[in-house]
Amino acid sequence: MSKELLASKEMKAKRELTIKFITYAFLVAFGVTMMLPFFWMLSTSLKETQAVYVFPPKWIPDPVVWASYLKVWSVVPFARFYLNSMLVALAVTLGQVFTSAFAAYAFSRLTFPGRDKLFFSYLATMMIPGSVTLVPVYILMVHFRWIDSYKALIIPAMFSAYGTFMLRQFFMGIPRDLEDAARIDGCSLFGIFWKIILPLSKPILATLTTFTFMASWNNFMWPLLVTESVEKKTLPIGLAYFQEVYQYTQPDWALLMAGSLLVTIPVIIVFVFNQRFFVEGIKMSGIKG
Amino acid sequence: MDAQLVPWPKVLSANFIGFANFIKLLGFHAQDGAWLANDPKFWKFTGNTLFLMMVIPIQMFSSLILAIIMNQKLKGIAVFRTIYFLPTISSGVAICLLWQWIYNPNFGLLNSMITKIGSMLGADWQGPLWLSSMAWAKPSLMIMSLWVAIGGYNTILYLAALQNIPKDYYEAAEIDGANGWQKFWSITWPMISPTTFFITIMSIIWGFQGGFEQAYIMTRGGPNGATTTLEYYIYNNLYEWHHVGYAASVAWFLFIIIFVITLINWRFGGKLVHY
Repeated sequence: MSKELLASKEMKAKRELTIKFITYAFLVAFGVTMMLPFFWMLSTSLKETQAVYVFPPKWIPDPVVWASYLKVWSVVPFARFYLNSMLVALAVTLGQVFTSAFAAYAFSRLTFPGRDKLFFSYLATMMIPGSVTLVPVYILMVHFRWIDSYKALIIPAMFSAYGTFMLRQFFMGIPRDLEDAARIDGCSLFGIFWKIILPLSKPILATLTTFTFMASWNNFMWPLLVTESVEKKTLPIGLAYFQEVYQYTQPDWALLMAGSLLVTIPVIIVFVFNQRFFVEGIKMSGIKG
Repeated sequence: MDAQLVPWPKVLSANFIGFANFIKLLGFHAQDGAWLANDPKFWKFTGNTLFLMMVIPIQMFSSLILAIIMNQKLKGIAVFRTIYFLPTISSGVAICLLWQWIYNPNFGLLNSMITKIGSMLGADWQGPLWLSSMAWAKPSLMIMSLWVAIGGYNTILYLAALQNIPKDYYEAAEIDGANGWQKFWSITWPMISPTTFFITIMSIIWGFQGGFEQAYIMTRGGPNGATTTLEYYIYNNLYEWHHVGYAASVAWFLFIIIFVITLINWRFGGKLVHY
């Protein structure tokens, strides 16, 4: 190669390296800035109650005190809230995944009159904003006497047009040869669903499960509306409850931050383990949507 | 905590009063020779909702920039992606409490930093009251929602769209002597326009329905109704004041607004999209 070509290749490589370095530096700096509030949350939660009200603020608490994390469980019935959130999130997730999977199977593999029209009208329900259905569903809950029961927390959320849509698109992409082979071997419709379609759909099912679990865990407005007694409240309501406890005095920020962290950590764990599926799911919904 | 009484009697005995709620909500009446709104607070809250939605273009733009930066063959991008996504998936209530503490006028992180930087420069800076200040309440919420959303869904969607652009386009442009700016406008922007379209529509739909957790937990809609959005107004009408029918009429208004704006977006925005 000529001297000029070699030199320009060297320069290009050098420039690419500089760009890479700058990019990394930026990403790290940006990451740290984004995480600052979380560090602050952790730092506050480990301080003594009065040490929080100090100026200038200390980033590293001295001494590091874990008392708030223990106090959280006794100031309000936090354990009960945890149990409720777990129960509701698991029930809603299982419910949504099952109903969506069955519906998606019907819409993609079974033929019956009006199938596509039904599918599109089901889809159309996604266009109605949640705020609009809030009031009528609440009124229904009152009429059914479901207020302040697990039924109100779980049953309205057990169905998902979004999940059905996502699964149906995926099922349609599964080649039919496997099913034809199975049918020749005498497999029933349900058998095909259970033994072939579901195992092949593990990634998308993982995506739906993750989405649904997180949405249910973090849901605030609906449980706020339908729960009355303390025994039925879920974690987000429980966190807000802390505020009510401290209504007339200075809020115990160490306690509040500890509680907030305890509420956020399960979702973060679920997310970190499933983030691959999560990202794929978002991409699929965005590009096809 | 005071037990909120479920409006059993009111809900179960609700009777049909026609459009009275809508007239009360949207109508005007004459008084002292001028037209006054029947429910002036409603228009204020609608204005609040729209104001808070002004953060949407900033969010979208920031997410795009972030996605462009992240769209390089670098090791460990997944780690960064995960970190940037954490605020989005965290419990809204936890985030609200955290930021309420950050915005604390005397001991919060923000004002402490402001005063510290000021003292380093030899000046005596006092940060604003943030959530208690009528001027800063809404911007405070906007800053918080920018922090939450910047590395979230939009960035992932843009990343996917960017990765779908064939490299040959860029190479061809380079051969023709295009610089970075031209490459962006002629190739990148049109190729990601379907994603931009999708994000715009979804953000507007969600924007209209937002602001509830912030209002309930951080400000209770104050100061003086400055942070009350339509969603919070619906909640108050339904649950606190037991005006069930009125809450439904506000919800209907929300529905129609969202529907009309989405339709307009679809028609006009659709023309700008390249496929």
